[in-house]
Amino acid sequence: MHAAEYFARMHTTSWNVEKARALVDAERSRVRSFLSGDGADQSAMLPALHALQKTFGFIHADAISVVAHALNVSKAEVKGVVSFYKDFRTQPPGAHVVALCRAEACQARGSEALAAHLQQTHGLQPGQTKHGVTLENTYCLGNCALGPAALVDESRLVGRLDVAKADQLVGSLKERES
Amino acid sequence: MKLFVPADAAAQSVGADEVAEALQSALKARGLDVPLIRTGSRGLTWLEPLVEVNTASGRQGFANVSALEVPGLLDAIVGGEPHPSAIGLVESLPALARQRRLTFSRVGVIDPLSLEDFRAHGGLRGWARAMELAPEAIVQEVTTSLLRGRGGAGFPAGIKWKTVAEAKGARKYIVCNADEGDSGTFADRMVMEGDPFMLLEGMRIAARAVGASHGFIYVRSEYPRAVSVLERAIAVLRESRFLGTGFDVEVRVGAGAYVCGEETSLLESLEGKRGQVRAKPPLPAHEGLFGKPTVVNNVLTLAAVPWILEHGGAAYAALGVGRSRGTMPIQLAGNVKHGGLFELPLGVTLRELIFDFGGGTASARPVRAVQVGGPLGAYFPEKLLDTPLDYEAMAKAGGILGHAGVVVFDDTVNLAKQARFAFEFCALESCGKCTPCRIGSTRGVEVLDQVAAGVEPEKNLALVKDLCTVLTDASLCALGGLTPLPVLSALEHFHEDFTRRSR
Repeated sequence: MHAAEYFARMHTTSWNVEKARALVDAERSRVRSFLSGDGADQSAMLPALHALQKTFGFIHADAISVVAHALNVSKAEVKGVVSFYKDFRTQPPGAHVVALCRAEACQARGSEALAAHLQQTHGLQPGQTKHGVTLENTYCLGNCALGPAALVDESRLVGRLDVAKADQLVGSLKERES
Repeated sequence: MKLFVPADAAAQSVGADEVAEALQSALKARGLDVPLIRTGSRGLTWLEPLVEVNTASGRQGFANVSALEVPGLLDAIVGGEPHPSAIGLVESLPALARQRRLTFSRVGVIDPLSLEDFRAHGGLRGWARAMELAPEAIVQEVTTSLLRGRGGAGFPAGIKWKTVAEAKGARKYIVCNADEGDSGTFADRMVMEGDPFMLLEGMRIAARAVGASHGFIYVRSEYPRAVSVLERAIAVLRESRFLGTGFDVEVRVGAGAYVCGEETSLLESLEGKRGQVRAKPPLPAHEGLFGKPTVVNNVLTLAAVPWILEHGGAAYAALGVGRSRGTMPIQLAGNVKHGGLFELPLGVTLRELIFDFGGGTASARPVRAVQVGGPLGAYFPEKLLDTPLDYEAMAKAGGILGHAGVVVFDDTVNLAKQARFAFEFCALESCGKCTPCRIGSTRGVEVLDQVAAGVEPEKNLALVKDLCTVLTDASLCALGGLTPLPVLSALEHFHEDFTRRSR
């Protein structure tokens, strides 16, 4: 696998409050024009947080008040949402993120042994970053007949993983770390 | 000549994009002007990447194609030579020919984003019929079809629509639940990636039936491909003025919370809140999104509607068994040789599915356990494999049909570990609103760990059963309420795994 072709680095933009405001405002406007009424502002919460994370790689602590202000909700409300959904990170991830499926269908095809291998051979542990690669657990990627499966950089699904393919994948991601 | 290569995420996960790219460059190198069409997947995942070429007799398939063998394959196709990857006419393969594909008739066949292709294969005929009918008559057609919610709960769709149609509200919503979180399921994803116009047609029909002006499709973030296809499909339909003229749809992306597949939690999430479940009543049909009457239906439920309108509710109800009518896109997954999606009339047995369609386990070891209906579904032992896949038979056998995901395990599985995982998953995904689920799930993990450590196993297993009673009776939603199914079925059918310390 050639990471250079497939995998975009997770985040390229460093935190910038003006840019964050613009992103959140854009989501708010979009949702307002779609809903025109009916709690439109607060409804833009998930789209706004996704836009922030996509740009900056994580939800910066200062983003909380940006979102709260734009959507006219309390900071507690925003923090509550960020902490509820496991997609939202409050720390920057590595240059690449590998989300390994740990749900039943992939378990039946050997995902647990694969997770153990990633830890033993590459020192990769769920929720941690090593050599620029963040490993995360995920529960079902919808590739249940071709498992074990992983989602790389939130965009590319890989299936029929085994030790050799996993080594190749991790190797290619590590190489891209500069 | 035309070539077809799936752009479904599962096919992409095993190299379909590389195959398509290699084909493009090989065509170019040979100066051949042959269109290459990216389709959804036929759902025969063990054949992926599956390349097809149209011929006078139908579409010929080439299975498990790799990018490296593309030049040779193209020479064989152009020269009409035999090729080792050739599998003959795709639609004559028993795995496809034995299906009854109503919802999936176009998936894997057409370009999902070509409106022309969609129409040429029967798209929008359901909508055309719906336009001729009064809204009440549309609801009646869905009621006659006996279609039940395909998300898992199995509630009759016609009754839900009627409730929303009769409810008073300044505005009404159609919410498509595409938060397909159950392990072993991928039918929603395949519809969204392979035939998104059908889903949007179903939503438009639902909107006309109940008088809704706005729709949302709530897709889990684990499905980036589906999100991108849907967004492009919506743009195409807005351009053609099928959407945006009295009814419009927006795609919303979830954020990794399994519980948001529960309808009230999903509505909270759409409103921009933590995905905590609401106590019912009020039902979403009366007070749903932003307190307005809302239809919340699964992808497969809405996707079945265009066929029902085109062919009539009675034609749909003519298929199936007992009170489980119509077809079910069954997803066969886990340790199985030939996994994938098989749309069949409700009532096929697990044994037929796993052995006739699936060819047994991928590891060639004996089947020991089968989990049906996702992480909240029961584990069935070999002796229950003759149970038919229908709502009632599954319930009678102590399980659920759910979203019709079937996950096969061979004899290396340890059911005590699977039971522990069920509690662990519940603890991880609990929204925290009700105590049985929030606390009980963690307590379940602790007690099963005691059992595994050999600490008063019988006493602790009695405690597990007691805990399961509390979860079943006192949880607010199906997450806490059904977690006991995998746990108790594992205990009942695989008791030896809980007592043998060495396992």
